[in-house]
Amino acid sequence: MQVQSYFSGLDTIDGELVTLNLGPTHPATHGIFQNVLKMDGERILDSEQTIGYIHRAFEKLAERRPFYQITTITDRLNYCSSPINNMGWHMTVEKLIGCDVPKRAQYMRVIIMELARIADHLVCNTVIGVDTGALTGFTYMFQERELIYEMFEEVCGARLTTNIGRIGGMERDFTPAFHQKLKSFLKGFPARFDEFTSLLERNRIFIDRTVGAGPIAGERALEYGFTGPNLRAAGVDYDVRVSDPYCSYEDFDFIIPVGERGDTYDRFLVRQEEIRQSLRIIEQAYKNLPIGNYHAEVPDFYLPPKPDVYTKMEALIYHFKIVMGEIPVPKGEVYHCVEGGNGELGFYLVSDGGRQPFRLHFRRPCFIYYQAYPEMIKGSFLSDAILTMSSMNVIAGELDA
Amino acid sequence: MHLSNDILLAAIEQQLPGVVLSHEESYGMLTLETTREQIIPILEFVKNDANLQVNFLTSLCGIHYPDQPGRELGVVYHLQSMRNNFRFRIKIFFSIDDPIVPTATTVWLAANWMERETYDFYGVLFTGHPNLKRILNVDDLDVFPMRKEYKLEDGTRTDKDDRFFGRDGHEGQLLE
Repeated sequence: MQVQSYFSGLDTIDGELVTLNLGPTHPATHGIFQNVLKMDGERILDSEQTIGYIHRAFEKLAERRPFYQITTITDRLNYCSSPINNMGWHMTVEKLIGCDVPKRAQYMRVIIMELARIADHLVCNTVIGVDTGALTGFTYMFQERELIYEMFEEVCGARLTTNIGRIGGMERDFTPAFHQKLKSFLKGFPARFDEFTSLLERNRIFIDRTVGAGPIAGERALEYGFTGPNLRAAGVDYDVRVSDPYCSYEDFDFIIPVGERGDTYDRFLVRQEEIRQSLRIIEQAYKNLPIGNYHAEVPDFYLPPKPDVYTKMEALIYHFKIVMGEIPVPKGEVYHCVEGGNGELGFYLVSDGGRQPFRLHFRRPCFIYYQAYPEMIKGSFLSDAILTMSSMNVIAGELDA
Repeated sequence: MHLSNDILLAAIEQQLPGVVLSHEESYGMLTLETTREQIIPILEFVKNDANLQVNFLTSLCGIHYPDQPGRELGVVYHLQSMRNNFRFRIKIFFSIDDPIVPTATTVWLAANWMERETYDFYGVLFTGHPNLKRILNVDDLDVFPMRKEYKLEDGTRTDKDDRFFGRDGHEGQLLE
């Protein structure tokens, strides 16, 4: 009803405008959200978005959980790159409690986060291919994503909602199987990724479909709060890994690719190049992986080894206090951000000294930049709107909080 | 230009004397408090000033302090100057009975959904907002669920109360 009133003031062009419901469960939107489109033939005159179909009240839930239990909530934000969300949250708490993470743990985190970024960008870029009618690249690249998920499994036991790492470092050191899998991935992936690249990057049909689809200018993108690959495709070289380095990102040599027109093709190319840069970062981090501990000595937050819990009184006490959430936390407010798969993922944590946050706000990049979608697709064809949405990499889980 | 907390504070004080009610640094980030009447002039000034170039609204969210009479509700703005690589935050507080704040959509388009979210969860009414309606919750919800009076747990449960989280069970006060 609200939708009708929203459109009632529009001028009709030929008197035969059609209202089209794209979603909430349309296969081409790759998520549960709705777009009510006002169509003149195949052209979009106006659109109205509805989100919130998978609202899970994360911010409310977070006010009733000890810090270590919030990690599993962050998994479910951008579920294509959960490890980045997990690490971002750990770093937020570490900032609050003033914990320095050993260099080895930082490099391990960088390797995991960049693997997650590759997985995230692979999904996005192959799905752009699928939406232009090129399914092949998707089927091949999903095998690569599978290899990345197998590595996650080695580090944390889970694949999609990873709950990876702990406050203070990593939960376990890299296992021998992980080393072997990472080495073979680093060896085999570039060639297979080049195959995918050669299928699409200079493909005439693909270029015809994507160049000029859903463009946005850099200034406009900043007004709308864009971050991440979508902002860089519009020509703004903003990347949290460089502007506010965390986890020793300043140690690595990599470039920030930028586009010019901010259209679907540029977003595709920026993600392609970021995958290559992520590989460079992983290679550097892995080659220079420091020797040392994989977690900080923060007994108040980092669970002791299980054998110690059974045999040592002190370990048992700490284990109990952590699990029961009886650890005092400093008062204060921190904002920490990481470069997620889709842009700046921020955590605003207000602690009043209680054992759970007084307030936790997630800055989800998807939620903020998706509001520009109606403007980006106005006047375009429906098929371009589908492409624009997949190239923006709107993840339903990250619209919510 | 190198922008620091002191320089930013001085610039705002010089341009708009008296608008900063208080300021503090929390983990290195400057936090200003002002009033809802002054928030838009401050945002416009820091955005348009040629030196400050605070070009980006990072985040906007609500917060509820039930034990601050007359200033229970708040809105927190996180701002950022990309060119100067500088971040700070501004807070405003007001009464829960009069939750009216001018919209920041006139300064940044990005504020649109952030304000809808703040309205949805805290009931803050942003005057001048182009489309202020619920965004994540259903349209006919009649509460603002992030306010502290709405408990997450079922009130009849006795196995999980605030004492397990370092707070007194009734008032939400910290246990000393």
